[in-house]
Amino acid sequence: MSTQVQSSEHAHEEHLTGIKRWLFTTNHKEIGSLYLIFSLVMFLIGGAMAMVIRAELFQPGLQLVDPHFFNQMTTVHGLIMVFGAVMPAFTGLANWMIPMMIGAPDMALPRMNNWSFWILPFAFAILLASLFMEGGGPAFGWTFYAPLSTTYSNDNTALFVFAVHIMGISSIMGAINVIVTIVNLRAPGMTWMKLPLFVWTWLITAFLLIAVMPVLAGAVTMVLTDKYFGTSFFDAAGGGDPVMFQHIFWFFGHPEVYIMILPAFGIISTIVPTFSRKKLFGYSSMVYATSSIAFLSFIVWAHHMFTTGMPLAGELFFMYATMLISVPTGVKVFNWVATMWRGSISFEIPMMFSIAFIVLFTLGGFSGLMLAITPADFQYHDTYFVVAHFHYVLVTGAVFSIMAAVYYWLPKWTGHMYCITTAKWHFWMSLISVNILFFPMHFVGLAGMPRRIPDYALQFADFNAIISIGGFAFGLSQLIFVWCVFKCARGGESVPAKVWDGAEGLEWEVPSPAPLHTFSTPPEVK
Amino acid sequence: MRISKFAYLLTFLLLSPLTLANSDYNMRKGVTDVSHSVYELHMTIFLICCVIGLIVFSVMFWALIKHRKSKGAVAAQFHESTKVEIVWTAIPFLILVIMAIPATKTLIAMEDTSKADITIKVTGSQWKWHYEYLGHDVDFFSVLSTPLSQVNNEEEKTETYLLDVDKPLVIPTNKKVRFLMTSDDVIHSWWVPDFAVKKDANPGFINEAWTKVNEEGIYRGQCAELCGKDHGFMPVVVEAVSPEKFEQWLTEQQLAKTEAVKEAEALLSQTLSKEELMTEGQTVYMGYCAACHQPTGLGLPGVFPGLKDNAVVKGELDEHIDVLLNGRPGTAMQAFAKQLTVKQIAAVITYKRNSWGNDTGEVIQPSQVQAFIDKTSGE
Amino acid sequence: MHAALVKKLIIAVVGMFAFAFALVPLYDVFCEVTGLNGKPDMEAAQASSLVDESRMVDVSFITQTKQGVPFSVKAKQFSVAVKPGEMSELVFVAKNLSEYQRVMQAIPSVSPGKAAKYLHKVACFCFDRQPFEPNQEVEFKLVFYVDTELPQDVQELTLSYAIFDISDVALARDDAKTEPYKG
Repeated sequence: MSTQVQSSEHAHEEHLTGIKRWLFTTNHKEIGSLYLIFSLVMFLIGGAMAMVIRAELFQPGLQLVDPHFFNQMTTVHGLIMVFGAVMPAFTGLANWMIPMMIGAPDMALPRMNNWSFWILPFAFAILLASLFMEGGGPAFGWTFYAPLSTTYSNDNTALFVFAVHIMGISSIMGAINVIVTIVNLRAPGMTWMKLPLFVWTWLITAFLLIAVMPVLAGAVTMVLTDKYFGTSFFDAAGGGDPVMFQHIFWFFGHPEVYIMILPAFGIISTIVPTFSRKKLFGYSSMVYATSSIAFLSFIVWAHHMFTTGMPLAGELFFMYATMLISVPTGVKVFNWVATMWRGSISFEIPMMFSIAFIVLFTLGGFSGLMLAITPADFQYHDTYFVVAHFHYVLVTGAVFSIMAAVYYWLPKWTGHMYCITTAKWHFWMSLISVNILFFPMHFVGLAGMPRRIPDYALQFADFNAIISIGGFAFGLSQLIFVWCVFKCARGGESVPAKVWDGAEGLEWEVPSPAPLHTFSTPPEVK
Repeated sequence: MRISKFAYLLTFLLLSPLTLANSDYNMRKGVTDVSHSVYELHMTIFLICCVIGLIVFSVMFWALIKHRKSKGAVAAQFHESTKVEIVWTAIPFLILVIMAIPATKTLIAMEDTSKADITIKVTGSQWKWHYEYLGHDVDFFSVLSTPLSQVNNEEEKTETYLLDVDKPLVIPTNKKVRFLMTSDDVIHSWWVPDFAVKKDANPGFINEAWTKVNEEGIYRGQCAELCGKDHGFMPVVVEAVSPEKFEQWLTEQQLAKTEAVKEAEALLSQTLSKEELMTEGQTVYMGYCAACHQPTGLGLPGVFPGLKDNAVVKGELDEHIDVLLNGRPGTAMQAFAKQLTVKQIAAVITYKRNSWGNDTGEVIQPSQVQAFIDKTSGE
Repeated sequence: MHAALVKKLIIAVVGMFAFAFALVPLYDVFCEVTGLNGKPDMEAAQASSLVDESRMVDVSFITQTKQGVPFSVKAKQFSVAVKPGEMSELVFVAKNLSEYQRVMQAIPSVSPGKAAKYLHKVACFCFDRQPFEPNQEVEFKLVFYVDTELPQDVQELTLSYAIFDISDVALARDDAKTEPYKG
């Protein structure tokens, strides 16, 4: 039934050409590409803001921007990277790969799919436009703590809230689509415990999105009504409490962190077995570990708030619960290592990114464990140590996994192999520069440099200069990536259906490049 | 030979942080018992993480080197083992328990609610700290004293760049000092790394922290919670002195306060020259106003209004005095009634009314400001 | 085939949006139980009957008036030593420093937070909004006691009042709206 509807739609859409084809497309592959291109653009814009930040911090003193603009840069950099780069990239990968991995003809709700993508550019246009309004854009950090974002902000708050609402609606629609697709459109014989891990992790991520994006929507709504409609959710004078904002925000915020890393686990669990030419070790424990991480993510939020003043029992509970997360995360790392153990390993580009992911993400995990220890957190909190931590898990974690995925599936998407030499340059340049960029942040953080400051005391000067150099190098390295992908899309050596000899999965059974419509008749999974 | 060199390097990497306490690389060991145990805790967890990482990645890199396809490795077939899974779930769990024990102990020690020898109320506001010694009638603001010229790279930066204040907080050593934190506007966070004290100052509520400093000295920290434009420019400086010196200091402060009242009274009968008021006014402006309204008086459009050709600055004197004394609630404009003396207020108003092309030519005397205060407070 | 599942998921989304708002009252309950943020009861407590003669607790009082808020509120005594269970009285002197009618709201907060639920107020000016005539001075009586159940290790506690001017909301006067903070 659904396949018939699909094919009549396809007949319709193929008549469209030019911009209309992209505007009205309901094809999961085209929408996937749109998401990926959009996230790449956002990655570059957010990255440009990071360059502004690093340029200002290259030396002590104020050189390039005033502190108010600096705060706008840190705020919008964070928002763009989280909601504009990492999340849409994963949604793009989900769009491209999930139907092909489970043997479905398309996403279950193709028209909604079109909507969930096309509202995104508007959200970010609004957010970016707010930078040009009088008084500038949001300058209260991506965490928008009240009352800095309510009483003490100018009218950019309204634009910010509106933009976040649209991003939230987009994510929720995307998540609904993923869940319905996975639940209803699996090929015959594709039982739950046969699902590729990328699909599993995305399914769990989609449930997380549905659980917490509405809470974020609630939080921004309260900020809006507090600022413009006289409520006092977060204002003590009217019986509210600014600390409550943080509780609501982090109730969203912590699961959000896992939304940005669970699909990455799925990607790594796909790539490592391919290039080890050995089945993933402990498939079922991977599924259980992912689920328990997702569950635990709901009961650890207050570890972001140890300094707000909490009863001892609360501090202990959130410390223990947070430490506990390292158990399932550890299981994952051990499983990957065990997959490689006694395999037949080769080092193609996706594998190189995956190995870098495993090492550097684990490093970020260690600093996360240190941050969980409440008494020590009083010293780490809101310093560059935290900045180092979340950039290790988000850049060398999430972003590296996305790059691994692109290098893994790009030949399938385009039908061409990319230039290996260029890709190697990208990998090594990124790997070296990213560590020059983020590793010394641990040191300045421990030595006492607070985050979100435009200027710093002299003892932090040397490291900051090094960090900035690493930052510029990392920024430039990404241009190699853009070049490499662009060239590959334009042409190159043709690849067979099964691009990697050790790869497994339905996506390798369709020709390369994957035709617009795959699995119109569902395959049989044994 | 190669192995011994490697072992040496490894020991160095692992142990060097131990010797680097109070360096530019590592957490400060600090000067209180609590900060010492936090430091020990930090190093313990750090070393445990290093060891785990070393083991896991050694195994991984061993596999990467030995089990390469190019070396002819053939993939084994195993892909499951419940036994192994249980082991590597249980061992990390046990390690966590080992970590949790000292962490819990330190945390409980930090939550000590026994009686303090002195209580200081710490109030954060954009972008300065206010300290009040409860029950001793001493209170003052503590503001960044690094000159703007250093920030703007017009002058060489001093060693304590951005970590200097006009009046540091003074506390006695070897006494339990309790801090009650609160805020006047947004959330701030009071942090002194050497005490391992970091506590948020939340508007409308109080938070508590304490310290007992073992050594005399000057300890510097910064605001740790993003609090707006000049978040990076509100340092915390604490001077720990012996209890005797502290008592002496406290008495001096109380005396100085009475002196200041007398001086202010004397001022009311005097008429100051325009030059004197302009000079004093410029100093006050640069210290208290220029961060927002800018040295040029142009402000930051949309965020902080400019004062050049400003309606209030060029308009009614009473309204101008009022805004300065009482601020504009709901905006970043603070009330300066308690921060500045009557003379300073008169001077800065004179300065604003005669600078950047504002040419009212008015000279405002301290007595005029005092008259306004008397009129409005109904006394 | 998809409609039923989509409907369930949309209900979940709406439910979670509502949950965000349900967190507001939940948070208050949570605060009351755990003393989070030092929020004490905002309702009058019953008088106590039991007195613990074995120990003394220091209770100090501070007021936090935001700069520019035209009230001065001060406890006549900075600190009192009480026995748990013993009823105490304290006088606060409050003054409207402006020439207009004003309404004041005091928000109490207790430190250490874990002591918050053991400080009972039998009468407090913070239970209600307090209207003031221009330049009026008022004396408020606070009647309170410390619960005998107060943990042994708490030897001193602080009751802080954050003083807010809520004239704009409470009076909704035209002049208060247009020029809310005239001298």
